[in-house]
Amino acid sequence: MPELDALVEAVAAAARPGEQVEAYASWRRDTDVRVFAGEIEQLATAESAGIGVRVITGGRQGFAYVGAIEESAGREALDAARENAPFASPDEHLALALPDAVAPACLALWRPGVASTPTAAKVAMALDLDRRTRAADPRIRQVVSSDYSDGDGEWAVASSTGVRASSRRTTSSLSVSVLAGEGEETQGAGGYSVGRSPEELDVDVASSDAIERAVRLLGARKPKSQRLTVVLDRRVTATLLSVLAGTLSGEEVARGRSMFAGRLGEQVGVEGLSLVEDPTNPLAFGAAAFDAEGLACRATPLIEGGRLSAYLYNTYAGRLVGTASTASAVRGGFSTPPGVGARALAIEPGTTDVATLLAEVGDGLFVQSISGVHSGVNRVSGDFSVGVQGCMLRDGAFSEPVREATIASAVQRMLLGVVAIADDVEWLPGPAAGVTLAIADVALSGR
Amino acid sequence: MTADTLLVEPAAVEAAIARALSGGAEFAEVFVEDRRSVAIGLDDRKVEQLSTGRDRGAGIRVIAGETTGFAHTADLSEAGLLAAAEAAAAVARTGSGRTRRVALEGRRAGALSAATVAPESVSKADKVELLRRADEAARASGGEIVQVSAGYGDSRRRILVANSDGLLVSDDQVRVRFGVSCVASGDSGLQTGYESLALTVGFDLFDRYDVEEVAEQAARQALSKLTARPAPSGVVPVVIERGSGGVLFHEACGHGLEADHIAKDASAFAGRVGQMVASPLVTLVDDGTVAEQWGTAAIDDEGRASQRNVLIEDGVLTDYLWDHLRARKEGRSSSGNGRRQSYQHLPMVRMTNTFLLAGKEDPDELVAQTPYGIYVAKLGGGQVNTATGDFVFGMTEAYLIEDGHLTQPLRNANLIGNGPEVLTRIDAVANDFAMSPGSCGKDGQSVPVGCGQPTLRVTGITVGGTADA
Repeated sequence: MPELDALVEAVAAAARPGEQVEAYASWRRDTDVRVFAGEIEQLATAESAGIGVRVITGGRQGFAYVGAIEESAGREALDAARENAPFASPDEHLALALPDAVAPACLALWRPGVASTPTAAKVAMALDLDRRTRAADPRIRQVVSSDYSDGDGEWAVASSTGVRASSRRTTSSLSVSVLAGEGEETQGAGGYSVGRSPEELDVDVASSDAIERAVRLLGARKPKSQRLTVVLDRRVTATLLSVLAGTLSGEEVARGRSMFAGRLGEQVGVEGLSLVEDPTNPLAFGAAAFDAEGLACRATPLIEGGRLSAYLYNTYAGRLVGTASTASAVRGGFSTPPGVGARALAIEPGTTDVATLLAEVGDGLFVQSISGVHSGVNRVSGDFSVGVQGCMLRDGAFSEPVREATIASAVQRMLLGVVAIADDVEWLPGPAAGVTLAIADVALSGR
Repeated sequence: MTADTLLVEPAAVEAAIARALSGGAEFAEVFVEDRRSVAIGLDDRKVEQLSTGRDRGAGIRVIAGETTGFAHTADLSEAGLLAAAEAAAAVARTGSGRTRRVALEGRRAGALSAATVAPESVSKADKVELLRRADEAARASGGEIVQVSAGYGDSRRRILVANSDGLLVSDDQVRVRFGVSCVASGDSGLQTGYESLALTVGFDLFDRYDVEEVAEQAARQALSKLTARPAPSGVVPVVIERGSGGVLFHEACGHGLEADHIAKDASAFAGRVGQMVASPLVTLVDDGTVAEQWGTAAIDDEGRASQRNVLIEDGVLTDYLWDHLRARKEGRSSSGNGRRQSYQHLPMVRMTNTFLLAGKEDPDELVAQTPYGIYVAKLGGGQVNTATGDFVFGMTEAYLIEDGHLTQPLRNANLIGNGPEVLTRIDAVANDFAMSPGSCGKDGQSVPVGCGQPTLRVTGITVGGTADA
């Protein structure tokens, strides 16, 4: 384990008078095992690390990174960031985070099991997943891959404005991809089991998840075009929330690039809809004590009773509109400067279980998975059109499976069309929780 | 060749390969990469920041039987390479302990795309100036343009590949990209437009292409959609303009022709070589040697020279795309399609520049002969389920065709179809052609690719709009 704290503090301490300097360094070790047809197909173990430095001088910002964490890498990145700063435009809103009074949440995100479990035991889990999945159901024609993956990562940030923060976390997961087939037909699906340590994983959960999803689609046809109520599987909801997160970025709002710009206080959803960003929730996969600028993470209600109540800000975005950071700075690693993003978005769950929700909806479409989200959801206009796989719902029961179809609407309409929220919150890797959701009056395009 | 052009000492590479083979593996490979990049963003009239980066390291791969072991390191000393070789070899340990030393003979890949003006020789101020020019041009396109952002990026990627077959080859890859996005505001809300330039060339890109034109295209796209009506819902004929429609073939069949999907029988195209899989108007090629295109390189990331591969000829499936691993199992040679995002990733079968060859028809006639349908001027990204062949992709600029004429602009929507089915429904291919750049994601790795196609018509494809068709 490298000493990241010392590395970033040394860079921050090298700030010259009139300069603000921030250094962010990260290190991670990953293990990935892939099994196919009873054999280890791939086994990769790797460490990667690097440092990124921001320098603000004369109201201008420069950034540079180096994919290494020797002491010299810190100096190299600092020199390069200094060299880059004069080419940027002066911007009075630029500033590094200032420590505030919010205390960091006490979260246990690191588990010893990732490092202490021998590689052979991790390989055995992937082999077991492959074997059990192949044996589980005669309709499973192929187990395309059975993967075990884990990661142990640490990061640290320090700035000349007094920020000092660091964090270490582990993740561990099993995933399997299967093809189910009958006759000429093939349908595919994936299943997962995720946790922070190998002993939290369940091979059967991953296996049965994949099999159920693939087999359910056998016999899928292109449905008739119609308007109907859709029930989104909780994983689909999580995917859509992660896209929606970008529209609630205070920076995108300030720049007029969000469908929610200028709508603070407005009724944007049905009364029963509340959305909160809360990285201090220990159940959230993206839970974090500190944001990527080193401020303590905190809960931010974004939609309350259908009313838009807040946007997310990092330090810069907050200063654009004269408000404080919501500690929502995120980074894609050491190689990018901080942006604005969500870590733990969740819709407040309802009180009905999924079976009751399906019965209440009666007829409609159950959406098991969606595709083309990035090309199909426009965060500025709100235009929404994605590919779907799932099953028609008849009298609350799963009926004929559906493929090669799309559902379309506008995000603005969909939030006002939510007719039911189930109680089945599920956290998976990603910035949002899943919950089963029913939305009325969506256009299904098929034949 | 000097040690500098090779990035590492050849003796260290030889030692690492020997160590990687010491457990009894039959194949070992060292991939060394040194990547430097510059990125500049302009947003809301301000040059946000100029950022530069350097990544340098080596990935070591060992193949023993059915198993691939992999490890990487940022430490390019002999000790660093040996440690990574040891880690990669651990998976393939058979206990034979024999030593096999391979002599390496170096060569440099022939330059396919010599950067005549190295981006590192151009001042940062000149790069910033391009962004300002684009910003002004976009804003001058119309008062409704309320926001403009623009990005410039260049990268120089030097790689070295050595393996236990005695290969030692290096390449120097320079890429430059430029993109502009605009937001237009009107009575019906906000609309977006995006246009980009991206080629495997140096800064001379800007001697040949005008950044103002790129900016005006992005602005025009956003402006045109201000009066757009919802796209229809249902199956309609679609005419796709040359260029960005290449993504249709990338998604609808390219991924399904990758040998890793074929080997696992996870593709709708498995076992179909020699069969008619498309309209006879379709000849599909993947070619990493097309001068200067975004997916072009002299060698792939396994050191194999890029080549032109005909995948579908006059509708008949002729071959799949191969990397070293899959080709080796089949006892054939790689097609030069083993690519990886960086030294931290294992190579896998990937496309380079994938395109449909031009046909004979006049593109205007194609529209004139279409009584009702959709004209897609620009397609955005897509996604495919290779097992079923079902794919989606987004229309980012589209118009309604009525009585052979383009009438209304349409709001964004996805198209959905089945690759093998759509290929058989192409009923007209025009005599024009254009390529466009893209970024292709697979198993979490992203690589630059080119896509291209002539203007063409598909007799029926499902449009995911909200209006009655």
